[in-house]
Amino acid sequence: MAQAIKKKSSAPTTSPIISARIAAQSHFRALRRGTPFQPRIDALARTNDWYNWAGYRAPHSLWDEELEYFAIRSQAALFDISPMTKYRIEGKDAEAFLNRVTLRDVTKLKSSRVHYTAWCDDEGFVLDDGTLFRLSPTRFRLCSQERHLPWLLDGAIGFDVTVEEETEAVAGLALQGPTSFAVLRDAGFSGVEQLKVFDLADFPHDGGAQGIGQVTISRTGFTGDLGYELFVPAEQALSLWDRLMAAGELRGIRAVGYTALNRARLEAGLIVANADFVTAEHAIRADRLRMPDEIGLGFMIDLEKGHFNGRRAILEARVKNRLRHVLVGLEIEGNIPAEHAIVYHRKSQEVGLVSAAMWSPMAKRNIAIASLARPFDDTMVDDLWVEIYAMRELQYQKLMKRAKVVPRPFIKLDRRTANPPADF
Amino acid sequence: MKAWDAIVIGGGHNGLVNACYLQRAGLDVLVVEKNGWVGGAATSRELTPGFLYSNCSYVCSLFRPEIMRDLELPRFGLQVISYEGGAVFTRDGDYLANYRDHDAHRREFARFSRRDAEAYDRYSRDVTRQCRFIQPLLMRTAPDPTSFRPRDLGELLYLGKKFAGLSAEEMALTLRFWTMSISDFLDEYFETDVIKANFALSGIIGTALGPMSPGTAYVLLHHYMGEVDGSVGAWGYARGGMGAVTKALAASFQASGGTIRTGAEVDHVLIQRGKAKGVVLADGEEIYGRLVVSNADVKRTFLKLVEEKELPDIFLRRVRNFKIRGSSGKVNIALDSLPEFPALPKDSPVYRGDMHFTDSMERMERAYDDWKAGRWSADPFLDMVIPTTLDPTMAPPGKHFMSCFVQYAPPKVNGREWTDADRDGFAESVISQIAEYSPGFRDRIVHMEVRTPREIEAEVGLTEGNIFQGELTFDQLLFNRPVPGYAQYRSPVGGLYICGSSTHPGGGVMGAPGRNAAAEILRDLAKPNQHMSPAHDVI
Repeated sequence: MAQAIKKKSSAPTTSPIISARIAAQSHFRALRRGTPFQPRIDALARTNDWYNWAGYRAPHSLWDEELEYFAIRSQAALFDISPMTKYRIEGKDAEAFLNRVTLRDVTKLKSSRVHYTAWCDDEGFVLDDGTLFRLSPTRFRLCSQERHLPWLLDGAIGFDVTVEEETEAVAGLALQGPTSFAVLRDAGFSGVEQLKVFDLADFPHDGGAQGIGQVTISRTGFTGDLGYELFVPAEQALSLWDRLMAAGELRGIRAVGYTALNRARLEAGLIVANADFVTAEHAIRADRLRMPDEIGLGFMIDLEKGHFNGRRAILEARVKNRLRHVLVGLEIEGNIPAEHAIVYHRKSQEVGLVSAAMWSPMAKRNIAIASLARPFDDTMVDDLWVEIYAMRELQYQKLMKRAKVVPRPFIKLDRRTANPPADF
Repeated sequence: MKAWDAIVIGGGHNGLVNACYLQRAGLDVLVVEKNGWVGGAATSRELTPGFLYSNCSYVCSLFRPEIMRDLELPRFGLQVISYEGGAVFTRDGDYLANYRDHDAHRREFARFSRRDAEAYDRYSRDVTRQCRFIQPLLMRTAPDPTSFRPRDLGELLYLGKKFAGLSAEEMALTLRFWTMSISDFLDEYFETDVIKANFALSGIIGTALGPMSPGTAYVLLHHYMGEVDGSVGAWGYARGGMGAVTKALAASFQASGGTIRTGAEVDHVLIQRGKAKGVVLADGEEIYGRLVVSNADVKRTFLKLVEEKELPDIFLRRVRNFKIRGSSGKVNIALDSLPEFPALPKDSPVYRGDMHFTDSMERMERAYDDWKAGRWSADPFLDMVIPTTLDPTMAPPGKHFMSCFVQYAPPKVNGREWTDADRDGFAESVISQIAEYSPGFRDRIVHMEVRTPREIEAEVGLTEGNIFQGELTFDQLLFNRPVPGYAQYRSPVGGLYICGSSTHPGGGVMGAPGRNAAAEILRDLAKPNQHMSPAHDVI
């Protein structure tokens, strides 16, 4: 005993913080990390078609990108959203802080509700868009594409609030498609039928060795379809996956990759940061910066709610007519996708660029999202064309096709909002 | 007696770049070099059998790709290999690494601070924006702001337009960048000391300033605006050592008909009636030329190679006051095996990158305090690389060449000249620092070359051993480099030009001063310059 004590006192003492830091060194050996769901996803990955999502190995497709899309639209699809950046924002002033940082009026966001919002720098340029979950009166989760911890922490000065990045600690799944409600009900999440669009609630979930846990389910998604998003502590990820897969077996549940999801989101008319616009902290070229009004997010701006970051600049740009761009939905004649095509006025004047495009199976139309230079779309909406360079067997087939500005979303599905949600 | 069209004094990289361009324009050019080899500060020398030493300059990024292409340097053997990350060792037994992979880089920073990990995007955006602003200026002659020549007005307008093209926020940032200390600048982005120290090293390298001295933020930018094959900001090794750069230049020069004389030290420039007529070698030999270009730094050129009476008073005074302060040395080591660093996993890519031991801003500044007091730093700042981890041509298999750039080393020790004992003490400060992190390091040493400012000045010819031929502070940049009124590579002496790093855009193995000087000379001679590519587009 005495010896043991002596030994302990003579050993070099390293603080737990330093030990933990040193233990984390080995990350360099796995440049693309797996998410908490990775064992299940790897087991289903027939195509081995991976991409890098924020440092995670994420699937472009798992077995067939076309059929994965149809799983979203016809049955229920599971998509791993764990790599999405997540911040936990908590405190007495959490509401006031988020009201200051983001565009929409957070005082109107009730507990157990979610809204889609965006946030800007002081010049009014969009830093990102994302979803804000109000988990309790004083606790929020902000989900986004890019990372914003310094911005959030700087904004929190003077507020009684804590901001913590919890991307790795919290696993996320999107369960989307017409049978998604039935899957959740059959999985035993009783009361899930009460959730209206943008509602959220906590449900008990057996976390296996971790004991009884909780899953937060919201009726949200990125597909324009009936769907839900589920968040659990990373340790309970696999048991949640298994629970859903087992319950969904008779409801056609399939895991899907990003290509399928990306098609669904485009039909829903939703934009993706750093695909349809460049976020302010990543824009090297000053003319690539965008105000909310320039990327279709003007509806979020609440000038009545008091001061928020970027308000003065946004207001000034509106008053002085300094908004230069507009983001629109286009319907393009024919069926050849116009991805990254240049948009022309009268076939000659370059007025914009298509950022995403596809043939929509649900709308049976050739659709696109494009950014145009004002006054196109504002006052001049006619005579727009896109020049499509379609590579076919090592030759560009150049097509000049008429484009029409149309409202987004490109498809509207009643089942998305139906209450109570239907079985399929 | 033969008169050359041009005589270039000094076979450093800028002298050779200049000579290449002039020769290719049809001039008959002679390069005279005092050493028995060419290369200046960019050399690879076999100082012990089997080991090639990049014994002065040791890494490559700034060398302009336009010049590599124009002068066909790949044909003459030039190859640059990007290196893989790097690290700062911390005194608590850990390290902070830089990884090339963006997400690995973030995760590494997150080990120390989650906030700083996410601050990196904004930092790199701002630095990239500034580099894009400055990069196109490198390959242009700085305008003379007092001149009304259309060309100068045009260049001023270009500068003004570029500046006016910035947003208000960027303009503010530009001015801050050019005047701030690197410490203050990094405070705007990061909170963790070791992360700041990790970035700050680029702000002090080669500079007789500490991280807290105003003006060091620009020095960082200067080290970021290079590239390796389009990867902006990347650094690499020249395969075969830095001498591969000048070896390729010399071969290119000779292939186009140029002549190099080594072992030919210039005593002074021959001047008649205010015009350069050639050079006089140390042995008295006179060589005649229609013009003379000096690759030597501005002090050496005008205070040693030109008689004072040939120069205007104000010019002389400004040259004397030009800041060209010795601040660094080199310890070059041949090793019989790869050193081990217990803190660093054996499979870490950091071995193939740059390593450092200065893990706080305060330590860095304290190292500078020693310099101010006229001593070498007791706890020096090292930029240490082992190029043989990627370059198989510099040492036998399993053996390694290690280059340690060391800061700070004063030009004089306590006001007196360096002695051999001082040099050994300086070397010991370096070896003991490495050995602290790498047990058994001393036993691996096969051979070592130690270069204090004394050796660098004596062997390479750089005044006070200053690697940039003059500090890169804003008062000595653009149209003020080297001195106001003489930023366009000309001098008060007719037919005498300067082409070294003392001129715009400054130091590093960049080649731009040599190239820009050639453009001015050809303009004066009304010779065509179609063989000179303009700067690559920055889009």
